[in-house]
Amino acid sequence: MSSRPTSHTFKDNAAKAIQDGGVPRALKNVRQNFIDKRVKAVEALPEFEALRESAKEIKNHTLEHLDLYLERYEQKVKESGGHVHFAVDAAEARAIVLDICRKAGARTVTKGKSMITEEIGLNAHLEANGVVPVETDLGEYIIQLRGEAPSHIIAPAVHLTKDQIEADFRRVHTNLDPKRDLTEKTSLLTEARTMLREKFLVADVGITGANFLIAETGTSVIVTNEGNGDLTQLLPRVHVVVASIEKVVPTLEDTSQILRVLARSATGQEMSVYTTLSTGPRRATDVDGPEEYHVVLLDNGRSAMLGTEFQDMLRCIRCAACMNHCPVYHQIGGHAYGWIYPGPMGSVLTPSLIGVDKAGHLPNASTFCGRCESVCPMKIPLPKMMRHWREREFERNLNPAVARYGLGFWAFFAKKPWLYRLSTRLAAKSMKLLGRNKGSFQSLPGAGAWTQYRDFAVPEGETFQAKWKKRAAK
Amino acid sequence: MTSRDTIFASIRRSLAVKGDERIRASIAEDRLDRSPKGVIPARAQLDAAGKLRLFVEKAEGVQATVARVASAKDVPGEVARYLRDNNLPAALRMGDDPRLSAMPWKETSIDVEKGRSHGLDLSAISHAESAIAETGTLALVSGHENPTTLNFLPDNHIVVLHAADLVSDLETIWQRIRKKFGKGEMPRTVNFITGPSRSGDIEQTILLGAHGPRALHIVVVEG
Repeated sequence: MSSRPTSHTFKDNAAKAIQDGGVPRALKNVRQNFIDKRVKAVEALPEFEALRESAKEIKNHTLEHLDLYLERYEQKVKESGGHVHFAVDAAEARAIVLDICRKAGARTVTKGKSMITEEIGLNAHLEANGVVPVETDLGEYIIQLRGEAPSHIIAPAVHLTKDQIEADFRRVHTNLDPKRDLTEKTSLLTEARTMLREKFLVADVGITGANFLIAETGTSVIVTNEGNGDLTQLLPRVHVVVASIEKVVPTLEDTSQILRVLARSATGQEMSVYTTLSTGPRRATDVDGPEEYHVVLLDNGRSAMLGTEFQDMLRCIRCAACMNHCPVYHQIGGHAYGWIYPGPMGSVLTPSLIGVDKAGHLPNASTFCGRCESVCPMKIPLPKMMRHWREREFERNLNPAVARYGLGFWAFFAKKPWLYRLSTRLAAKSMKLLGRNKGSFQSLPGAGAWTQYRDFAVPEGETFQAKWKKRAAK
Repeated sequence: MTSRDTIFASIRRSLAVKGDERIRASIAEDRLDRSPKGVIPARAQLDAAGKLRLFVEKAEGVQATVARVASAKDVPGEVARYLRDNNLPAALRMGDDPRLSAMPWKETSIDVEKGRSHGLDLSAISHAESAIAETGTLALVSGHENPTTLNFLPDNHIVVLHAADLVSDLETIWQRIRKKFGKGEMPRTVNFITGPSRSGDIEQTILLGAHGPRALHIVVVEG
């Protein structure tokens, strides 16, 4: 819920998460539940690769013409009776939403799952101003009870176990029988359903995000499985959509192309349970639906990413495939990243949105194994962009002195091949000599960070280059 | 300068355009006019029988139940059976879709109530606008005929689909909607529904009936 980043203490956050050990335990099912299901869904659709390419082209085209499609989108929303508000930054977006809530006389607002309202820190702002926000997605509801931020962009409570959730429900739902049986997961779900049903029916304003905004028709699209997003936008008198500017796509057909890769990449479903297109407020012949329909379009640094080496990141559709497949994310979990966007997409996006000075460590949280890019439905070159950030971090003198001196030291040798060969040869030889009776070093001066966790194998006495030369001569 | 101006100015500065370039504008206009289709999976490009077979397979694959009846007059009997078999009260909420209203509900003991739901109905019935064979997805549009609240508030949602309204893919639905509402125009809500509500938020175990209906029953009218 907090929008205050702790990305600058990423190294400590990550170390703590690993020591605690709870995250890898909670994430142990990600393989079968996200990774394997995605593979199955992809294999069942021969056109998947062609659709990825198509989806990527659509977003590239849209970003190149973003001003024009935004204008058309705005015009169509207005024609259908909706209101469009533009917000340059998070503070302005918060103020607009609060103002809409105040004009509606809102006491409680229900919320569909939305990363963008996490980004702008909306809940805290509403609460501070006397409006009670109620998260209705089951995962978001659980972390709201705990006062936590989501640790995953589509499975916000993925870091928690059933027992932790049961304890939270018992702590907060004090009006229920303390002796009730909550051993089954379904009883937890039923309890949340009952608690939230009351909230849906009394909320004055419903706030959702959007997976897509369609320029052709002025439509906002949400893609969900629980149905909470629909109850949020359907039942209250006022519906507010908060979305960032790059969510726009030109047409209904373009939306369909991207929908086909979205659910498959996210959860391995062919289609999420509910894909809902909303266009304007209640019509004259309607008997339900909101009387007011507002869209808050947020920039918050995105327009400045256009035309840079980070433009490709604006193709992201928030499916979370990159974090599901990231070995670093699996070890440290989402909270260690220190802001709301974790995993590879967060390592690229967070420095763009909050500054490389505050989030410069994140692009270093990668083994560059490349799985994130290989599963990204929008083919975003995530490792390449992390490298761009590393360069910028170095250019701006943001990395620690040891790393800078180390790199400088290495560069000195690397630029003089004869010296590099000579010194590596000497090093390999002397290390072989030093470790001749051991097989491996349990400690090495200057390499404590390595040997603290694993032994360092004793070199065979020859450098790689020397061996290669011999091999080639044969 | 308003925030709107600031944002548009920033986008145009980044893209190195002014926004009034005629060729650029015509490229965007052209896409909006032509709505190119892109890649359509071959999977659902089938004849009527093949589409129906695929739709049923896909819908059942996401835990919907499907019944097939010969004609519209057989729907109330099937719905009565469904309610009975699931130990549900013989009560049903519906909008005023003329196709539903014309069905012989009086021949059953079902107590039919008209209008939107306020959250007190256990079961509701809607008529689908269309459905997608590719993924077993129903398409419903808002309006007094089929109020959107019926799709989400009741525990059990029954949806009638005329086999003739079943199409291969999403793209065909857009053509139907444009024909019915006009190019660039939409009903307030289009709901695509693929199975009953579910959540995987507790230890990634999929559980049915999160906030929307716990059960989705589709009655396909073949005649």
